[in-house]
Amino acid sequence: MSKLLAILGWGAVAVVGALAVGAIAVHRGEPINALWLVVAATCCYALGYRFYSKFIAVKILALDGLRATPAERLENGRDFLVTNKWVVFGHHFAAIAGPGPLVGPVLAAQFGYLPGTMWVLAGAVFAGCVQDFVILLFSVRRDGKSLTEMAKDEIGRVGGFVAYVAVIAILIILLGVAALIVVNALKASPWGTFTIAMTMPIAVLMGVYLRRIRPGKVLEVSALGFVLVLAAIWGGQYVSQSPGLARVFTFSAPTLAILIMVYGFAASALPVWLLLAPRDYLSTFVKLGTIALLAVGIVALHPTLHMPALTRFVDGTGPVFAGKIFPFAFITIACGAISGFHALISSGTTPKLVARETQTRMVGYGAMMCESAVAVMAIIAACVMQPGIYFAINSPAGVVGQAPAAAAATISSWGFPVTAADMQALAHAVGEQTLYNRTGGAPAFAVGMAHIFSHSLGGETLMALWYHFAIMFEALFILTILDAGTRVARFMVQDALGHVYKPLGRTSWYPSILGTSALIVGAWGYFLWQGVKDPLGGINSLWPLFGISNQLLATVALCVATTIIIKMHRAKYAAVTLVPLAWLVAVTFTASWQKMFDPNPRVGFLAQAQVLAAGPATGATARLIFNNRLDAAVTGVLVVMVTLVLVESGRQWWGILSGTREAPVKEAPFVRTRLVEERG
Amino acid sequence: MKRIVFSWRTFVATLREIFDEAAYARFLERGGMVSSSAAYAAFRREFDEVKVRRPKCC
Repeated sequence: MSKLLAILGWGAVAVVGALAVGAIAVHRGEPINALWLVVAATCCYALGYRFYSKFIAVKILALDGLRATPAERLENGRDFLVTNKWVVFGHHFAAIAGPGPLVGPVLAAQFGYLPGTMWVLAGAVFAGCVQDFVILLFSVRRDGKSLTEMAKDEIGRVGGFVAYVAVIAILIILLGVAALIVVNALKASPWGTFTIAMTMPIAVLMGVYLRRIRPGKVLEVSALGFVLVLAAIWGGQYVSQSPGLARVFTFSAPTLAILIMVYGFAASALPVWLLLAPRDYLSTFVKLGTIALLAVGIVALHPTLHMPALTRFVDGTGPVFAGKIFPFAFITIACGAISGFHALISSGTTPKLVARETQTRMVGYGAMMCESAVAVMAIIAACVMQPGIYFAINSPAGVVGQAPAAAAATISSWGFPVTAADMQALAHAVGEQTLYNRTGGAPAFAVGMAHIFSHSLGGETLMALWYHFAIMFEALFILTILDAGTRVARFMVQDALGHVYKPLGRTSWYPSILGTSALIVGAWGYFLWQGVKDPLGGINSLWPLFGISNQLLATVALCVATTIIIKMHRAKYAAVTLVPLAWLVAVTFTASWQKMFDPNPRVGFLAQAQVLAAGPATGATARLIFNNRLDAAVTGVLVVMVTLVLVESGRQWWGILSGTREAPVKEAPFVRTRLVEERG
Repeated sequence: MKRIVFSWRTFVATLREIFDEAAYARFLERGGMVSSSAAYAAFRREFDEVKVRRPKCC
């Protein structure tokens, strides 16, 4: 009887899911309700988790609940610790959820709501969740080894080296792009700048409180910090209305870029407890709360999506970023569908906390599903706006023109009507001087989020507060990634330099700290500066570069996973990682090729350099030509690295399958768990 | 009712883990210490070496 009910129940989920996906896919011409996306996503995730992840768990990975995990065998009360599965799930989700699933889908919404939604759903269920799940399990079976170590062990030294270089490359490009998003969100915005500036003394106050007044009471001080941040948002409106104060907090993009670089250097070199740790806590607190609030807001309001299913820009002429729907939609949306960076977390802290192998399915596959749901919310937030407004915010001045009337006329001529008066009214409603050319995705997301929040909580009068709350929310955790990322990259460089000269590897030696911090900040600062000075909007070139580098890491992770699956004598099921791998290779190679060699100067770096060289020389021409050639070179290096990993992995697979190579599984020996008897 | 209490406890435990309060409690237990400014400073010294090396996703 219960089996019959299960069949009927899951059959109903499948039918409802198919209807919702069908409605999203075939609907044309009129706006649709966001609830269709919510229903489609819920059904796809439910089916993917119940059937596909179970198939992988049973048929390929053969999860063994009796096998002791490193958390049990190596328990030391520090890194290795048997932890409740829901606690591990929350911990893992908090680590993988960053600004990527918010910004990428907003940018990709220029193609319409359909491509992004389909990629987020299919990509997560068949690729991203699978990657996170299998890498987590393989790390658990190898004493919690990192992706770099597993790549070295399973593919060979080339795999390990490429993984290492890829991580550094991604970090640097990611940090440059993240900083650029903050600059674009805060330029000429005294309210936003004041609020973000206030988070720094608030973080220092939290650090001192934690250290001196109430040691260890992190939740308490995070709640206190959150209240102070809300007060700063409230106070920001008075700053923006006061001519004197507004002048103090109004910065141009280059000035903000310099300030952010100084901040990144300080956060990397200062003691962790003073700035970095409290900001991290504050950011996590705000992040988890806001994501939950946004989910409730979307379900409660179930707004109408005004963006069409597909826009004319699928042909590659989009103003937000140039390039056709394939491959650029799949490069632009990384974290919401598949992100190589997640493989680092699945092989970092999480495998050292998992109590039972069987829990890796819920933690690895399940947490990525939640991340994907965040991306769906971002698509909704971007698409609730009138398309004309969306394009006015996200299009760089170099594409639509500097003057409001000219920009509105250009965008209207594309079939997305908008007027200068509409934009002025919106800017006024959110407490900004202008919303034109606010590229990067964050301001557009903030407008969408403010729209949803103000319609469900507080009405139009609170639109400005919600907008600045959203800007604070994004900037806060982007800056957290900036300072934590700079520090992580600094440690990685110090580890490598320690092999050359031992003191350079000491993380407490100040000459090394200052030198390596400057090196890392200089590297991402270069990309930031390049983005700020690019008249076509730096995000146009830098975000695809970030997407390519992130997918490269996913390629490494899927190569490692496929190699291990073949070594486990499960070659007949290798398609579960091989198909996403093939897709990623196709996407990454096509995108890289087009970014380097496409004759359209808006797409190809070298074509752009050629156009600049042929045009009238200005003071910036030489620098822009160099930047484009550098971006092409970076892309080329990334492609060579993918090729190396693929060739090396292919040799392994061929050797194992043809019987010419031994395939020892490098797992930790089986030890029977005691948790079954002791803890039930 | 039992289920609600259990869910609430798990939720709080998750927050305590995410916000490192649980790690601090384990540190105190491991060293047989009581919470103080010096103990928290020692915890941060030990913990930060590990924590700041953790990647955070984009």
